[in-house]
Amino acid sequence: MNREQRTEDRGEKVLLSGNEAVAKSAIDAGCRFYAGYPITPQNELIGYMAKNMASSGGIFIQSESELSAINMVFGASASGVRAMTSSSSPGISLMQEGISYIAGAELPAVIVNIMRAGPGLGNIWPAQSDYFQAVKSGGHGDYHCIVLAPSSVQEAYALTFEAFVLADKYRIPVIILGDAMLGQMMEPLSVHSQEFIVHSKKLRTKSWAATGCKDRKPNVVKSFYLNLGDLEKFNLKLQRKYKNIQQKEQRYEELNINDARIILVAYGTMARLAKQAMVSLREKGLKVGLIRPINLWPFPQKIFQRLAISDKRLAFLVIEMSYGQMLEDVKLAVNGQQRVEFLGRSGGGIPTEEEIIKSSLSLLSS
Amino acid sequence: MIERIIIAGFGGQGIMFLGKFIAWAAMRENKFVSFMPAYGAEVRGGTSHCAIVISDKEIASVAFDAIDTLIAMNSPSLAKFVHRLRSGCELFINGSMIDNAPKIRGAKVHTFKFTEIASELGNARTANMVALGAYLASKNLLSLKNILKLLPEAFKNNKKLQALNEQAIKAGMNLIK
Repeated sequence: MNREQRTEDRGEKVLLSGNEAVAKSAIDAGCRFYAGYPITPQNELIGYMAKNMASSGGIFIQSESELSAINMVFGASASGVRAMTSSSSPGISLMQEGISYIAGAELPAVIVNIMRAGPGLGNIWPAQSDYFQAVKSGGHGDYHCIVLAPSSVQEAYALTFEAFVLADKYRIPVIILGDAMLGQMMEPLSVHSQEFIVHSKKLRTKSWAATGCKDRKPNVVKSFYLNLGDLEKFNLKLQRKYKNIQQKEQRYEELNINDARIILVAYGTMARLAKQAMVSLREKGLKVGLIRPINLWPFPQKIFQRLAISDKRLAFLVIEMSYGQMLEDVKLAVNGQQRVEFLGRSGGGIPTEEEIIKSSLSLLSS
Repeated sequence: MIERIIIAGFGGQGIMFLGKFIAWAAMRENKFVSFMPAYGAEVRGGTSHCAIVISDKEIASVAFDAIDTLIAMNSPSLAKFVHRLRSGCELFINGSMIDNAPKIRGAKVHTFKFTEIASELGNARTANMVALGAYLASKNLLSLKNILKLLPEAFKNNKKLQALNEQAIKAGMNLIK
C-alpha cells in the first residue's frame, strides 16, 4: 500500500490485478461499505478491501454467506452509504433474491461478478456464461441492473468508478461483469487524480435514505406493495426509468466498421482477442471491423440497428466464452436484416485468435 | 516486439515475485505489459508458474501458447512447459535442480546452477534473481539501471536484502558471455 501510494503521488502507473483495481476504484469512488464471502477467482478483491477499507474510514465485513453479504449491502445502501459486494458465479447465483429486492427498493448498489465457468460449482477458469443472469436479471420480477463489462485493468478501474455514479444517479443496482482472466491479470494502471476523486465523491443528497427522521417525515425503503394497483403503478415508474437508461447509456467501442464486410462482436477480455484477430485479418487486406459492447444492459442496440439497415451485405460474428448468450441480443438488434454467426467456447475453453481468424475467413468466402 | 515469458518452479522459489518484478520493470520502461499468475488449486511445495507478456503494442491476450522465454527452476516445471517451446525460443534452466536440458531445435538453452550460485552468495532464495540476471544479459530487453532502481521499493528499504538481490542479479549477468 505504501509503495503504491508513493508511486501514485508521483503520477506514475501502478501494477495491479483487475480484482485489486476494482476494489481500489470502489474506495476512490467513496464506497464505504463492503461485505463479501471469499471465492476464487475474485479473492484479491475481497483481500484488498480487508486490507484497505478500514483505513479509508469504511466498513469491511467478511460475511457468513453470500446471502448475508447482499442483504448487508441492501441495509447499508438504504442508509445512504455507497455500498458494494463481489463474488464469482456460484456466489452471485446465491445473491439473486437480494439483487431483486435492491432493484425493487430502488437502491443504488454495485455488485461485482468475476465469472468462472459453470454450471454448478463448475471450475475456476475464465468464462462469460453468466451473461443471461446479469443482463436478463437472475432474480424474480421485471427488473434490470445496469451491466458494465471492462476489458482491461484500466477499464475495470474506470468503470467501477462510473458504476457508483450511475447507481446513485438512477437508484439502480449496477453489475460489473468481468471474468477470471480480468480479475487475475496484472496490468499498469493510471488512477484518477485526487482532484477528480474529491470532486466526484461529492454525493448528491439522498433525500430518500433512512438516515434518522428527526424533524421530518420518516423515509420508508421497501419493495412491498400489497394494495392492488399500487405495485403496477410502481412497476410502470420503474419501466419508465429503464427506458430512460436505455436511451442514455449505450456504451460501446467500434473499430474499422465503416468499410467492414464482417464485424466481430465481443465483450470483456474476449474482445481483446477479437481485436487481435481483426488486426491480423486487416493486415491480410480483409475488411473486418469490431464492435465491443461496454454496457451489456442496456445493450448498445443503436449501432447494430444502424448497421443492420445499411444497403451493403454484412455479417456479424459474435464471439463469446459461452455457447451463445450475447448472441441473442445482437440478433434482436439486427432483427434478421443481416447475417449473424457465432463462435463460442466455455467451461474454461477460450476461443483462440486462430479460431476467430478461421471462422472469419469461412464467413468471407461463403 | 512481443516477448512471452513463462517462469516456473516450486512454491517458495520466488516465481511470482520474479514475474511481478519483471512486469513492474517493463511498466517503468513504458512498455505494454501483463502478468498472469497460475491461480488454480496450487499446492504448497507444488509447481508454481506465471506468464508475462511484454510488448511495444497493446496486448491482446495475456494467455498464450508458444513461449518465447522459459525460466525453469525445477524439473516438474520444465516438463510441464516443454511442449510449448518452439524454434527461436530461449531457455534459462536451473541446473541445480534439472539434470537434463531438453533438446529443442533452434532454441537457445542456458543451463546454470542458479540455486548453488545463490547459496554461495549467501541465500539460496535469491536463485530467482540470479536467473533474472542471466535473462537480462542475454535478452537485453530491460535495462539493469532501471531494475536496480526498483530494488529499494521492492525490498522496502531493507538495505541488506537490496544488496543481496543486487549481487544475485549481477552474478546472473556475469554468467552470460
